[in-house]
Amino acid sequence: MNFEIPNMMLAMPEMFILTMACVILVFDLFVSDSNRILTYGLAQLTLVGAFFLTISDYSSSTMFTFNGTFIRDPMSDLLKVCIYLAALVVFLYAKDYLRQNNIFKGEFYVLGLFGVLGMMIMISAHSLLTVYLGLELLSLSLYAMVALKRDSMMASESAMKYFVLGAIASGMLLYGMSMIYGVTGTLDLAVISQHVTEIKDHIILVFGLVFLLVGVAFKLGAVPFHMWVPDVYHGAPTAVTLYISSAPKIAAFAMLMRLLVDGLSGLHEQWQGILIILSVLSMGLGNIVAIAQSNIKRMFAYSAISHIGFLLLGVLTGTEAGFAASMFYVLVYVLMSMGGFGMVILLSRDGFEADNLSDFKGLHTRSPWYAFMMLILIFSMAGVPPFLGFWAKLSVLQQVVSSGLIWLAVVAVIFSIIGAFYYLRVIKIMYFDEPEDSTPLMCSVDMRAMITTNSILVLVIGLFPGDLMALCISAISAG
Amino acid sequence: MFSDWPLLSLVIWIPVLGGIAVLLAGSYTNDATSRVVALLFSIVTFILSIPLYTEFQTGTAAMQFTEMVPWIDAFKINYHLGIDGISMPLIILTTFMTVIVVIAGWEVIQDRPAQYMAAFLILAGLMNGTFAALDAALFYVFWEALLIPMFIVIGVWGGPRRVYATIKFFLYTFFGSVFMLIALLYMRLESGSFEILDLHQFRMDLDTQVLIFFAFLVAFAVKVPMWPVHTWLPDAHVEAPTGGSVILAAIMLKLGAYGFLRFSLPITPDASQHLDILMITLSLIAVVYIGFVALVQQDMKKLIAYSSISHMGFVTLGFFVAWSIMANTGKLDGAAMAMQGGIVQMISHGFISGAMFLCVGVMYDRVHSREISAYGGVVNTMPKFAAFAVLFAMANAGLPGTSGFVGEFMVILSSFKANFWYAFLAATTLILGAAYTLWMVKRVIFGDVKNDNVAKLQDINKREFLFLAILAVMVLFFGLWPAPLIDVMDASVANLIQHMMQSKL
Repeated sequence: MNFEIPNMMLAMPEMFILTMACVILVFDLFVSDSNRILTYGLAQLTLVGAFFLTISDYSSSTMFTFNGTFIRDPMSDLLKVCIYLAALVVFLYAKDYLRQNNIFKGEFYVLGLFGVLGMMIMISAHSLLTVYLGLELLSLSLYAMVALKRDSMMASESAMKYFVLGAIASGMLLYGMSMIYGVTGTLDLAVISQHVTEIKDHIILVFGLVFLLVGVAFKLGAVPFHMWVPDVYHGAPTAVTLYISSAPKIAAFAMLMRLLVDGLSGLHEQWQGILIILSVLSMGLGNIVAIAQSNIKRMFAYSAISHIGFLLLGVLTGTEAGFAASMFYVLVYVLMSMGGFGMVILLSRDGFEADNLSDFKGLHTRSPWYAFMMLILIFSMAGVPPFLGFWAKLSVLQQVVSSGLIWLAVVAVIFSIIGAFYYLRVIKIMYFDEPEDSTPLMCSVDMRAMITTNSILVLVIGLFPGDLMALCISAISAG
Repeated sequence: MFSDWPLLSLVIWIPVLGGIAVLLAGSYTNDATSRVVALLFSIVTFILSIPLYTEFQTGTAAMQFTEMVPWIDAFKINYHLGIDGISMPLIILTTFMTVIVVIAGWEVIQDRPAQYMAAFLILAGLMNGTFAALDAALFYVFWEALLIPMFIVIGVWGGPRRVYATIKFFLYTFFGSVFMLIALLYMRLESGSFEILDLHQFRMDLDTQVLIFFAFLVAFAVKVPMWPVHTWLPDAHVEAPTGGSVILAAIMLKLGAYGFLRFSLPITPDASQHLDILMITLSLIAVVYIGFVALVQQDMKKLIAYSSISHMGFVTLGFFVAWSIMANTGKLDGAAMAMQGGIVQMISHGFISGAMFLCVGVMYDRVHSREISAYGGVVNTMPKFAAFAVLFAMANAGLPGTSGFVGEFMVILSSFKANFWYAFLAATTLILGAAYTLWMVKRVIFGDVKNDNVAKLQDINKREFLFLAILAVMVLFFGLWPAPLIDVMDASVANLIQHMMQSKL
């Protein structure tokens, strides 16, 4: 076996983030609490730097390095860029919240950046081992972030729950990987893919697939592996919930794509059935249980579960157009979800969490502008045109119909009608109820600008979704 | 001079921009300015819609004033607008009623008037978009988007049970539409196009057509509304503010009927023919049964809401008797007349129901009750108002000389050619309609002054006189001389009938 020096350039953004995360870790030791904003600034600069590193070398073809364990293709670059942007927005939204809750510490940013690194590795993974490496890096960062407010009982409890369940899921995933390794004798996804096409339905292969899917479904939060989602969303500090609900969904989608499409596309028949079940259950349970929630973070958690159900619809068709539709969906979802949690953060102040639905009462009277921004986000999540969420639903439904699964499309829209009810209730609370506390909302200029941009983007891209969709299609088909 | 203007885009986007302008005026100046801005924009929109009539070529069924710009390449959706003789009157009706609604809400709405006016302007733009869209996906976007302003209008300015009513309204309509979306996606897949005119040429086997017909039916029947999915309408009407009721009755119900004309009938003619007896039955149930239901209402708005459902039954009856008429007479004229009767009824009902709701609004603003029993002898204190109210009531009952007569008469006359019993049952509405409307008028308007509230009533002011008078003129004009309306739709209806009679298996 020859030893070659791998092409490090392909992993430049990863190495940059890693270096900077370590630098920030050390740097933060020398920063007093009053100057913590410097750490924040440095973290944001890191993301901007990584953004430009990726953009400047935007790949138009597929390239491998590190002995084929690392892939760089248009899909990975697009998803990474979106992850930087998502993390950037999350850090921005989180700043004031962290300060008010006395957890404005360097750790949030260091862990956040390590999480970003983990997600990037997941996106670029082309071997079972790299997938696992990225996943664990992300998960460990998230466990720690959930427990960031260590004096809070609820946060510690949900961190514990997240850790234990996450560890079980990782175990399942590893077990599945070991079976696939046992049958094919390799960890490289490209080689696995060849083997799988040759030895179609080897029973152990199918077993391996099932365990693999359990692990992925856990990370996505698909029913019946969703138990952690509401508890973690609810228990974690809102800034961390915001983080969990945004970029990691993109990474989980990438992981799904790498494992199922790059690795096990030969087993499409098998995984399609499993994904249909996961998808229908997620849409059903997510939308129905969300109705019963009085806490908006829990409601968003169940809404996230139902959105994951929709996301799976595109992937399960097994076509390139379907993958592009799902990719579009996940990007749209992340944009909406960030806006939604951004609003929850906006409403909370001085350590008081405004995470009950009733805290939104009469928002229209208190601050008409923010109420309108929230209205856009909520109608978008419900999938009402002309907002962006509608096009996301349309694109996956179109692919489901194209692959002949019309009944599945009908099921999906029925659940989306059920889902419309709890979204409408939020609008009702904001617009039709009288406020309990009529002080207008106050927040910093950057937060205000970002929330506004976020919602207006949902509207404007909703009016012109063509470019984003075209970007997704080209990212998938060029790979 | 207008021929090279993008008139349809203007009548869609000017009111939407106007809505934004009114919101800005509302937050940076005072309420009075925002009202003026709203009135200006609504009048400008109405004026811009007039050339759609004057420049309209009556001899052709082709789409006119078309605009076509690729919108979303990834989904192959075009921003394709155009109107024919069926959609043109509806657009003018929309812009016209918007002016009326703005005037009617002038002093009445004191709570956040800028937002109220803005919602109606945006709604007008979206409704115009729905009528003008020639791309099915574009149609769907407008169709769904207009739920949002109406949801807000009922929920913010509505009555005590407004939350229940508005959520019911939204969910019912949303429920109907999503099945249409699936049907559209399926046809897009099979035919490769979202263009409505391409879909008119598209062939499907009967089973597929039936499924697609039902998907459309759910969407449009909820909106019309047809029995038995009508229950949202009385709630929404009762709770909505006057302007909301007017727009709901005058235009939003027409969207459903328009959907039948644009989608169900030409795209799935074989399924429509196959199931026409079902549709006729549902229409007749609406006409007769809902007529009886209207008779026993205690609440004036509810009574008019049920009367709307009953009158819309005529519209759907007119659309779906075509095949029976063809089967009996072998000629297209009878079918065309039924169809035209249905469309005339749509327009006329727009004026009459709008006017009736405005009359109730006028009384409600003074007494704050919609109960029939709270009134009596209004004529003694409000003679001018009583004159208008009686006129509109007569029109609602289908008195010859008013526009309400024309459509109903055409539908009844042509359904005789289909089946005596259809015509007989449909004609009972002349009695029922007269019964419930005139009985209400008798109890509310005539008789002795019943209580102090009525004794203290002030007659209508100039503003109220203005909008009631305009509507009265329209009702009488189309009653005495419906020819302009029938002329513009003639070619389009003939073309539609052609599509319906052609098998698309």
